[in-house]
Amino acid sequence: MADCAQCGVALQGSPLICGGCGAVQPVAATDYFAVLGLERRLGLDGAAVEREFHRLSRRLHPDRFARASEAEKQNSLAATALLNDAWRTLRDPVERVEYLLKLEGYAVGEEHAGKGKSAERQPPPDLLEEVFELNMQLEELRMSQRMGETADAEVVADLAAAEKRFAAMLNDVDAALVAEGARWDGGQGRAEAAARMIELLDRRRYVRNLVRDVRQSLTVTA
Amino acid sequence: MEYIVGIDLGTTNSLVAYMQGDEPVVIPGVDGSNLVPSIVTLDPLPTGGEEAPRPTVTVGNSARRALIATPERAIYSVKRLMGRGVEDIAEELKLFPFRLAADVQPGEVLRIQLGEMSFTPSEISAYILRQLKRNAERFLGAPVKKAVITVPAYFNDAQRQATRDAGRMAGLDVLRLVNEPTAAALAYGLDRGGESAARTVAVYDLGGGTFDVSILKLNDGIFEVVATNGDTHLGGDDIDNLLLVVALDEIRAEHGVDLRQQPDAIQALRKAVIEAKIALSTEPVAKLDIELPGGDRYQREIPREVYEQLIAPVLGRTAGPCRQALADAGMAPEEIDEVVLVGGSTRIPAVRALVDEIFHLSARGRKPHTELNPDEVVAMGAAVQASILEGSSAATDQLLLLDVTPLSLGIEALGGVVARVLQRNSTIPASATEHFTTGVDGQTNVAIHVVQGERELAKDCRSLARFDLKGIPPMPAGLPRIEVRFLIDANGILQVSAREQRSGTEAQIEVKPTYGLTDDQVEAMILDSFDNAESDFAERQLIEARLEADTILGAVARAPENAAWARLSADEHAAVFAARDHLIAVHPGSDLKAIREATTALDAATRRFAELMMDDAVSQAMRGKTMESADQTLNAGQAEIHAPHPFAPAQMEEAAVAQTTGESHD
Repeated sequence: MADCAQCGVALQGSPLICGGCGAVQPVAATDYFAVLGLERRLGLDGAAVEREFHRLSRRLHPDRFARASEAEKQNSLAATALLNDAWRTLRDPVERVEYLLKLEGYAVGEEHAGKGKSAERQPPPDLLEEVFELNMQLEELRMSQRMGETADAEVVADLAAAEKRFAAMLNDVDAALVAEGARWDGGQGRAEAAARMIELLDRRRYVRNLVRDVRQSLTVTA
Repeated sequence: MEYIVGIDLGTTNSLVAYMQGDEPVVIPGVDGSNLVPSIVTLDPLPTGGEEAPRPTVTVGNSARRALIATPERAIYSVKRLMGRGVEDIAEELKLFPFRLAADVQPGEVLRIQLGEMSFTPSEISAYILRQLKRNAERFLGAPVKKAVITVPAYFNDAQRQATRDAGRMAGLDVLRLVNEPTAAALAYGLDRGGESAARTVAVYDLGGGTFDVSILKLNDGIFEVVATNGDTHLGGDDIDNLLLVVALDEIRAEHGVDLRQQPDAIQALRKAVIEAKIALSTEPVAKLDIELPGGDRYQREIPREVYEQLIAPVLGRTAGPCRQALADAGMAPEEIDEVVLVGGSTRIPAVRALVDEIFHLSARGRKPHTELNPDEVVAMGAAVQASILEGSSAATDQLLLLDVTPLSLGIEALGGVVARVLQRNSTIPASATEHFTTGVDGQTNVAIHVVQGERELAKDCRSLARFDLKGIPPMPAGLPRIEVRFLIDANGILQVSAREQRSGTEAQIEVKPTYGLTDDQVEAMILDSFDNAESDFAERQLIEARLEADTILGAVARAPENAAWARLSADEHAAVFAARDHLIAVHPGSDLKAIREATTALDAATRRFAELMMDDAVSQAMRGKTMESADQTLNAGQAEIHAPHPFAPAQMEEAAVAQTTGESHD
């Protein structure tokens, strides 16, 4: 842990502020978990972290430094931005997983699929057949929309059913992510858990886009 | 004592407030009114003299009459033009008598022609701000140099910058831009400081020209905005324009008179429909009765049902943003504990009904908050925020505002699609980092286009700025790694910095704001150094008080030339003369208070005269124009008013026929 830039006392908890003299620290290389005084774990007590976020906000926010020196203002702005970035990222369970994996050196999303051939566009193997079918139906629906015709009721019904199925699949993915996250936090078989989470994140992105596309097409029809 | 004031720079009215102890208080103007109409007119330029004329302007209530008498020298609703380019105001030009300066080029900051001179929207706003600053200085008896200014939550970066520039031009250090709905929540929150249990509040803010909705969580003094949405071109103005267009269409259809090319007649008619609109918030029916050129009268009853049917499409445009804000917050209407109504337009019963429906209020046995004056609550909240920044009041010591950025920030990527850098509703300050590289060997520049908005394609979003990253060391294509950091500060304004990581060189950034003024331009537009000279505040106050006295004495000296003067009673004449003589007597002295009081007294004594002159101006404008003033018509086409909705007049006519059949037009 670093020392306070002002009074030299060793910093405890968040590295953004000195617990001793209260000085806002110049922002140094740090990670979002540290910013909120957290260990690098995927399971977190949302309410407790929110309380910490509010507590730190009260101390760091630029509103508290309106009459301070230019340097203090800049520190406050940078520290508050970092605090907000940290809370925005970590409060979301999916973003939290992505962030932690990247922090631990894993390639996630575009980084491992390669730019342009993002995993978002490549269906997971077990969904290939179903997605092919779904895309045909979507195309049919869009065609009839373009022609100004009434959409085939059967196609609409099939798509609505598919939407439900894929939305449920999203929930399954999220549940699986939580389970793998717990395994990661347990410390046993981390590499395996990480590989599985990366796969789940890809699957999640893909399915989420599918659900969005189907929803959009169905709203236009309705 | 140094004061930080809170300013609501509104489309229709502007206000200034400050914290008096633990209470926010709105500061009245010299005429005793808390609202300063956001109207600016250019005074006649002094003749003679070799130097370029130094323009003087009139702001507020005193500018109202000039709006009708000399519309080509007046402007209102300038807030609609803040931070916008020539390209994107075509719609406004159809509906508002804004006259662009003839030499404005696309890509330049707009300039508005007032009489012989042209002004940027920020300069016009600066005149309004300077008036508020002077009102505050007069009231507080001390210089005012720092302010918190409110902006619509849905204002983009350019609109915020233009507002901040206006503050600087007016000689104000703008400590913070605060979002209007958030300010309103602060004013209410302070009012009910006793409660500490967490609750969720929606603020519905329909003002003169802008609409915002914000959803906040209030928890132990922290006001945390969860989601915000809105439309920066939707408000009471749109209702006025709708009524105006209907009236113009009817006058043409029924009386064969086309008033569209007569700006003064349009302003007079506009005044009449606004009065009708206001009446319809409390009365079941409003009447228009206007004398037309040629002696005909346009007489018309507007029943509330017809009015509500007519404005429903305008009000309906507020529903989408409300639902989107709820969706973004991940909340159902039932999860909103309280709804706060802000802005003059929320006095309209149909607006209240719509809000009730959107948030399921009466179904849950709830009512929206309307305890604080909807015209004043934003300024009061700005004063509360000023006090928070000041850190001097125990009442605001525990309060903290955590606001969000209303629009997503993105960069134009290959194919013109937007790569999102920061999502909307991110708590500010917020930052994000992106990496860029080169596409050609030895390339030393990279151009970056930053946009704001929710659409997929950059061309459909708001262009914020184009950045040129320069001074990249020549390297093979794809090797440089340029880190660009985007930071949205607590005002919602973007800052950018960049660094080439392989060589460690700080890349230079040349910022070309798409719709903004450069620092130098702002500097050149600072209204006058006299205002900023703090050396002798007392002397300045005295000079200003005498100038005010001169203005009203001049008006009284010219009064007998006006036909309205003869309509005053002998007693009224005597009262005016007595007040005038008293002012003349105290004028040369250095008793500031005495001069001001005498000025206020003379203003009060001439109030009825001013009203009569206003009435005359209205009827003169309507009765038609002399040959001479035909020159003053707005440049045709550009300023022509069209129905804002193609179906609106027809709908009104249909309804009107149904409603007026059988009524006599006496």
